Amino acid sequence: MSSETQKILTTDGIPLEESLKKAEKKNKIKAFLLVAPLLLFIIITYIFPIGEMFTRSIDDRMVTNMLPKTFKAMETWDGKELPPEEVFAAFLTDYRALAEKKEHGKLGQRLNKEKNGFNTILKKLWRKMKKFEEGNAKEQIMAIHKRFRDVKYWQAIKRTAPPYTMSKYLKGMDMYYNEDGKVVQVSEDRRIHRILWLRTLEVAFFVTVFCFLMGYPIAHLLATLPMKYSNLLMICVLLPFWTSLLVRTASWMILLQQQGIVNDFFVWIGLVADDSRPEMMYNKTGTYVAMTQILLPFMVLPLYSVMKTISPSLMRAGKSLGGTPFVAFWKVYFPLTIPGIGAGCLLVFILAIGYYITPALVGGASGTLISNQIAYHMKATLDWSFASAMGLMLLTGVLVVYWIYNKLVGIDNIKLG
Amino acid sequence: MAKNQQFVRFDKVDKSYDGKVLVVKDLNLDIAEGEFITMLGPSGSGKTTCLMMLAGFETPTNGEIYLDANPISNIPPHKRGIGMVFQNYALFPHMTVYENLAFPLKVRKFSKEDIDKKVDKALSMVSLTGFENRMPGQLSGGQQQRVAVARALVFDPQVVLMDEPLGALDKNLRESMQYEIKHIHESIGVTVVYVTHDQGEALTMSNRIAVFNDGKVQQLSSPDKLYEEPVNSFVAEFIGENNTFNGEVTDISNGKCKVKLDSGAEILSNPIRVKSKGEKTIVSLRPERAIIDPENKMDNKHKGKIEEVIYHGDHTRVRLNLLGNKEFILKVPNSSARMDIKLGNEINIGWDSRDARALDPK
Repeated sequence: MSSETQKILTTDGIPLEESLKKAEKKNKIKAFLLVAPLLLFIIITYIFPIGEMFTRSIDDRMVTNMLPKTFKAMETWDGKELPPEEVFAAFLTDYRALAEKKEHGKLGQRLNKEKNGFNTILKKLWRKMKKFEEGNAKEQIMAIHKRFRDVKYWQAIKRTAPPYTMSKYLKGMDMYYNEDGKVVQVSEDRRIHRILWLRTLEVAFFVTVFCFLMGYPIAHLLATLPMKYSNLLMICVLLPFWTSLLVRTASWMILLQQQGIVNDFFVWIGLVADDSRPEMMYNKTGTYVAMTQILLPFMVLPLYSVMKTISPSLMRAGKSLGGTPFVAFWKVYFPLTIPGIGAGCLLVFILAIGYYITPALVGGASGTLISNQIAYHMKATLDWSFASAMGLMLLTGVLVVYWIYNKLVGIDNIKLG
Repeated sequence: MAKNQQFVRFDKVDKSYDGKVLVVKDLNLDIAEGEFITMLGPSGSGKTTCLMMLAGFETPTNGEIYLDANPISNIPPHKRGIGMVFQNYALFPHMTVYENLAFPLKVRKFSKEDIDKKVDKALSMVSLTGFENRMPGQLSGGQQQRVAVARALVFDPQVVLMDEPLGALDKNLRESMQYEIKHIHESIGVTVVYVTHDQGEALTMSNRIAVFNDGKVQQLSSPDKLYEEPVNSFVAEFIGENNTFNGEVTDISNGKCKVKLDSGAEILSNPIRVKSKGEKTIVSLRPERAIIDPENKMDNKHKGKIEEVIYHGDHTRVRLNLLGNKEFILKVPNSSARMDIKLGNEINIGWDSRDARALDPK
């Protein structure tokens, strides 16, 4: 075919291709304008905060900004022996400037985290430095406390020089930079975060399993019952959705506490003695029970919508071809529900992994999850950068789960409705 | 070898879903081995229910169904060994064509070689060799239909049930599939119970047709008998085209009866369901049995006025006003000889009284 014959013109003489592009462009702009509010919303409420969280979690510019001259002087120092006179002089100048702005206390706190005992000697320096003579800063400072003669304290300052640090992330995994700048684990009795991560995964996994085991039959019933009954059942499934999360959790507290309804019932039927009522709350059991109930609809709905599309004649065909009811279910029905199972499990797992209110209220000490730790650092210790770091680790974890799921099942196989 | 005339037997079968209405009433039906029998009827007539009872998905409320003289009411569907083709094919969408066909063989624990052999054979029977690895979604409607037929036959069942299998296909494909299924039936000699509401389909394919209405078999006979000799007015109207006259029997003798129509005219007809004078009746006459300008031996001759002429290609349909019936249809083969078929013309119509069947009134 020659190129002349390929070029088709419209009746106006404009090449067809161009004319089509023009027409499409208008539609594209219209479509974009429709999406724009949502896009803007997502950027403002989602992308931007995540970026903010990220910078906060790795930001370590505080000391860098407080001691600009010191770090400049330290550039030539190899960090093995005590620093030269210029470093001491620069440090003194910086510290004086800070003292004037009354910010020297912050520096002490920050450096104390890096090396224990820093705060004391800095306070001592603050008291004594008013009487300092001009020049010879090194000798005068070293005379105040023997720790100033210890090279490790100066190394600690140098370590805070880079504006960014991964130390919050390491802390989230119970690790830290030691004095030599190496990554080491904290002593075994202080490894709380790793326990929380594992517990969060464990709880999310089992809640997903429980939701699946309970949700599958319900969804099947919903999909196969006559309309009259299935509507009623659907309302029962959705009812928890219409109730406040807090109310639902509180009602579980009423049910599960030691003097609660369930325990009373157990005692009444003689299952347990009155003085040995089992603890079903403020531990993992409570977290499991309440979270399973709350997340159940997220499993039932995707399963239901998939099952609804499976023709009942398929099961009949399976049976008429000689499959026992079990074989017909396992070979025909079950494989067809896998997209729904995938969607439901992914949804429940991802929601469970970041669950906060329920474990906070009914979890007790052994039932709190990583999200409770994040909240603790946001509200109690005010270590927002650490909270941000853990939040991002959680987000990464969720993305990893999503990625694994995509590799195993394929995200195209997900069906939410 | 003599064929078992009672291979499948419905014995006084009743079926009710709600305990108030019987959808199948006192059904007695014998199906011979190797027969192609069609259950034909309007929707809600109970034909599909009968099929479902035979397949085992519904249990009879009363009575018993026998397969090769064994009662099967208490045998679950998967142990009946009955193949079934469903209305929407019911192919397993997550399995390839091969896996679909292998399913009934795998659950019967056939060896891999046997399965391959049987699947090959079944696919060549429906001329789909080479489609083993396709998914059902990649096939056209007709191809899916063939796979469904092959799957129902691949494990050599004694009986194959087909529940309106061609309902979803377009007209041309439906017709070619009708012949194909008929040929498959002829070549392997399996007993087929076929359900449809399409009378054309029933007439072309079956050995015998059971016409269902209102939960009852109205007539069970071969297609030609069903068409030529309907036993009641429902069958006469349901099968093919039909001209009817309402009237009252005034005389009955020598195998003929006189029927006085509402318009006052009298016609001679064949008393099928009327016994005595004074009975109400509906007289049924097939359009092609009435002839224009009849010969002398025809004992019914009347004049009718042409109300409408509809061209149908190979024939012309003429609607007449005849003896008070304004819907009297006449089929005239197209030929240049008939130039007087014009709107408003009066023509002479005649028929043999044997073809005018006096049936039960509604």
